[in-house]
Amino acid sequence: MYQSILNFKRARYLWVALALSIVSIAAYWWHQPVGLPNGGTWLGYTLGTVGAMLIVWLLLLGMRKRSYRSNMGTVQGWTSAHVYLGTALLLVGTLHAGFQFGANVHTLAYVLMVVVIVSGFFGIFVYMRYPNLMTYNRSGDTLDGLLEKIHKVDDRSRRIANTPNLSRLVESAIDGCQIGGSWWQQLSGSGRSIMSVPFAMDPDAQEKAQSNKDHKLVIDVLANRLSQLGGGEEAGAVTSLLANFAAKQTLLRRIRRDVQIRAILKIWLYFHVPLSFGLLAALIAHVVVVFFYW
Amino acid sequence: MERFDIAVIGSGPGGMSAAAHAAELGLSHVLLEGSPKHSNTIQKYQKGKHVMATPTKLPLRSPLDFAEGTREYILDKWEEGMTSTNTNIQYGSEVTGIDGAKGDFTITLANGSKVGAKSIILGIGVQGNPRKLPCPGAELEHVQYQLDDPDEYNGERIAIVGAGDAAIENAVGLAGQNKVCIINRRDEFARAKQGNLDLITSSISDGKIECFYEANPARIEENPSDESRYVFVLSTPTGEVPVPIDRIIARLGAIPPRKLVESFGIEFPNDSPAALPELSSQYESNVPGMYVIGALGGYPLIKQAMNQGYEVVEYIQGNDIEPADHPLFVEAFDGLPYDKSVDEILEYLQNSSPIYNGINPLNFREFILDSKVSKRAPGDELCVNGEFTNSFFVVIDGNAFVKLPGVGEFHFNRGDFFGEQSLISGRRRTATVYAGDDCVVVETPRRSMVKLINSVDSVKRVLDEAFILRALHSKFTPNTAHAELAEVVANTELRTFDANQDIYTEGEEGDEVHLIRIGSVTSVKQSNNKEVITSYMPVGHYFGETGVLGHGVRTDTVRANVRTETICLSKDSFVTLMDKEPGLQNEIQSHIRDRLTVEARMEAQPKGGELMSFLMGEGLGEGTDVLLIDETLCVGCDNCEKACAETHDGNSRLNREAGASFADVHVPISCRHCEHPHCMKDCPPDAIHRASDGEVFIDQEACIGCGNCVRNCPYDVISLQKNPAPKPTLLHWLMTGKGPGPGGKEYADGETIKKAVKCDACKDNAGGAACVRACPTGAAMRLNPKEFVDLVGSRFGS
Repeated sequence: MYQSILNFKRARYLWVALALSIVSIAAYWWHQPVGLPNGGTWLGYTLGTVGAMLIVWLLLLGMRKRSYRSNMGTVQGWTSAHVYLGTALLLVGTLHAGFQFGANVHTLAYVLMVVVIVSGFFGIFVYMRYPNLMTYNRSGDTLDGLLEKIHKVDDRSRRIANTPNLSRLVESAIDGCQIGGSWWQQLSGSGRSIMSVPFAMDPDAQEKAQSNKDHKLVIDVLANRLSQLGGGEEAGAVTSLLANFAAKQTLLRRIRRDVQIRAILKIWLYFHVPLSFGLLAALIAHVVVVFFYW
Repeated sequence: MERFDIAVIGSGPGGMSAAAHAAELGLSHVLLEGSPKHSNTIQKYQKGKHVMATPTKLPLRSPLDFAEGTREYILDKWEEGMTSTNTNIQYGSEVTGIDGAKGDFTITLANGSKVGAKSIILGIGVQGNPRKLPCPGAELEHVQYQLDDPDEYNGERIAIVGAGDAAIENAVGLAGQNKVCIINRRDEFARAKQGNLDLITSSISDGKIECFYEANPARIEENPSDESRYVFVLSTPTGEVPVPIDRIIARLGAIPPRKLVESFGIEFPNDSPAALPELSSQYESNVPGMYVIGALGGYPLIKQAMNQGYEVVEYIQGNDIEPADHPLFVEAFDGLPYDKSVDEILEYLQNSSPIYNGINPLNFREFILDSKVSKRAPGDELCVNGEFTNSFFVVIDGNAFVKLPGVGEFHFNRGDFFGEQSLISGRRRTATVYAGDDCVVVETPRRSMVKLINSVDSVKRVLDEAFILRALHSKFTPNTAHAELAEVVANTELRTFDANQDIYTEGEEGDEVHLIRIGSVTSVKQSNNKEVITSYMPVGHYFGETGVLGHGVRTDTVRANVRTETICLSKDSFVTLMDKEPGLQNEIQSHIRDRLTVEARMEAQPKGGELMSFLMGEGLGEGTDVLLIDETLCVGCDNCEKACAETHDGNSRLNREAGASFADVHVPISCRHCEHPHCMKDCPPDAIHRASDGEVFIDQEACIGCGNCVRNCPYDVISLQKNPAPKPTLLHWLMTGKGPGPGGKEYADGETIKKAVKCDACKDNAGGAACVRACPTGAAMRLNPKEFVDLVGSRFGS
């Protein structure tokens, strides 16, 4: 109960992976091949076979994850084994190669394998670290709930704006507010918000679209406006709008952070999975080349 | 005053069928309907709703057509049927009183006119008439008491009167395209569900809806200035406020029909809201000449009501026809070792057990139709220890027995019953019962038993006595003969506590012992001026024993999590039990020791107590199998939802992200399989059941999509869904990209049938719940509330 993939069933697959590693190292150390250690010795073939089978099995996690009716273990168990045996593969593959590298398809397969495994390490890191951060950032709310709050703040701002210029300012800031966007924008946690300031409030800007990053511009313009007004109804509205946009800024920061964390939790899979298919292709090429063209 | 042979009151399916049959036979008749349309309840269904025609096996016996189809299709068919039979229906004829006797009844209508009738058929259902506005102008044209489709109104000024869920839903539904105000008699919306409360308070604070608090309708006047249709004058604490308005919708609830029915002279057996009027096998009430059919008589399904309408007219004519369900009995009794007619077998069954004594023949007939009467082979397991089944058994012939370790076999003979423990407590079976020689038993499902307990007082009394005796025997004195406990049983009391009510409080004097028979409780202690929950106790646990063994002062507060019933034993009774069972005292002492250990552990973790309070506050105390998500592990991949959808016809029954969180424990919107499921309360086709492992599930074949369970579930875990079209296989999808992939769904054109869907905890999957099995990080877990203490321990571990 309540265990992470690393200590699933008292880290049973850590022990399996350790056993595999120790056996591999012992065999490599004990084995005295003719010439340098390489993939062509009996131990090389054995380690290669184990490694290839491991790669195919590691890839099968994608299928097991989607076999929702399957009663073959739990997905958590599979993931735990995937992590530990995938790590052991790094050793098995390296010993299989006998530390011989070159500019060929064999080394390509090796490099892809290493990249896939390292991207997996990154995945474990984010899976361990980011769920907590996500919970902390959302503090009990949901993304939909936060977006709903933004809508409400916007509606309120629209109602508060009591001069045509304020209305245009508010409308422009709301229209130009962007959440999400490209992968890069999601990952960097900064939306590309833009707005134009009504001529009367900033003649220099010529009503051109400017960056409203982190809603700083709209807050600055409102603060300026407040300093120009010496009280009156509009000053009241501007004060309320300032409070509103400050609230929106806080909400947006939380939303962007949430979007960012979600993106980080997903992005590595966009490398890990396609690269593993690349690895599979390179592996097949490696095996075919070895058996037919050696 | 016009006089008729038969007056039918209420034009629901039953009333219409009766009137149409009378018309068909050329009898003098009238069908009185209070509203301007027939079939009020069905008219209120949403447009295009698919109406089912269950039970499918029951043949239809009515001049009107009825087969499953859309609401419009069915209403049209009935309209056609009434026209072709020349049924004499009078709309707008609300009945306010009935005087006279068989052969010469006088019916008084709301408009003051009177109608005479020799016989009366009541088919007014259980919905009741809407409460009218208590002010002048309540009958004006644009003052209405229901709202079918909010989209029909645009750009109007509308006042909604009321503060319940219906009023809020109407106000919010209309606010988008109308100017809406809501008139609340009080200064808050106390009666509404949490979701609706949030909706209305945010709509009011956003200025979308104007709210008049502490306002009462004073009068409605035509507006002379044409600016609006009416002026709605409200009386508020600061004086009268005129509000220009075009339309007024009052949602003030309905007046339950029972009062009206009682005013006609019809008697109910007790005060329970679920009680049904007593009827003869020909649907005649205690008032001769006055008949009751349909939901009011306890038959909520359309087809049953229509059949009764037909039959009752035949009975009034003196034709003792066989009821439409006769062939069902012939089938049900097939294979029984009796050479008797259906009626004779029914009589034989009813005479078998004292528990059936107080039931009238009509109810008994229905009861047996719901039940299963069967001859069982010797050694058959009738119910199995540890299973979650909740049916109730009565031995008709031969015997059944339980094996008691150390004591031998205990036999149930003709007339004896068993199964009441699980029925009442909603918990697992406490013993396995085997069929003995020549065993014939009646097995009755939970719903029919609950109906019976509510309507026949003697059944409740007999069951409660047996429950107390058997519960005390198995819990405290398994080696003592039942007869020796008679005195203790007579001195016990059943106590009922509402949710969150304190059963006793820390520091007060008291020496009674409580054994929980329904619900669950938590024990709370004061620690540093804060309340800390120290333990959770479900059905079958007892508490208060420290009062008896100690100095008579309560050392903790015990609070009911949900509506809870306990068997309350006085100190003397408890001491008597200890005298009878030599080992009991030691057992109780070790029980106290165990509990104190747990309590000390919990007291040391005040955060844990808060987590426990949170879980109880989320209503998980009444659950049996609760889905929780560990937020420190959840990566938000939604594989749990995908797994759920993929294994359940494409519709996920859980919403991972929604729901509350505390201390990194998240309670998603998902069924918690309550001990006493709210969803089962009012299911017309009895389609919601509990599987032997405790999963509460909806039989999709039987569900008629009425939505009662959706409304009755306080946790919003049931929804009405269409079935998506079948999916391609994973390989096919990968290769061709055609059709929806994993997690996606598409609907076939023209698919309109919506049925209620909810979590069934994957009862048919040997491996267990798909959501938990599919979670790649182990964040999803399913727990029984008893395991919450472990959860707290693992969180804030000592």
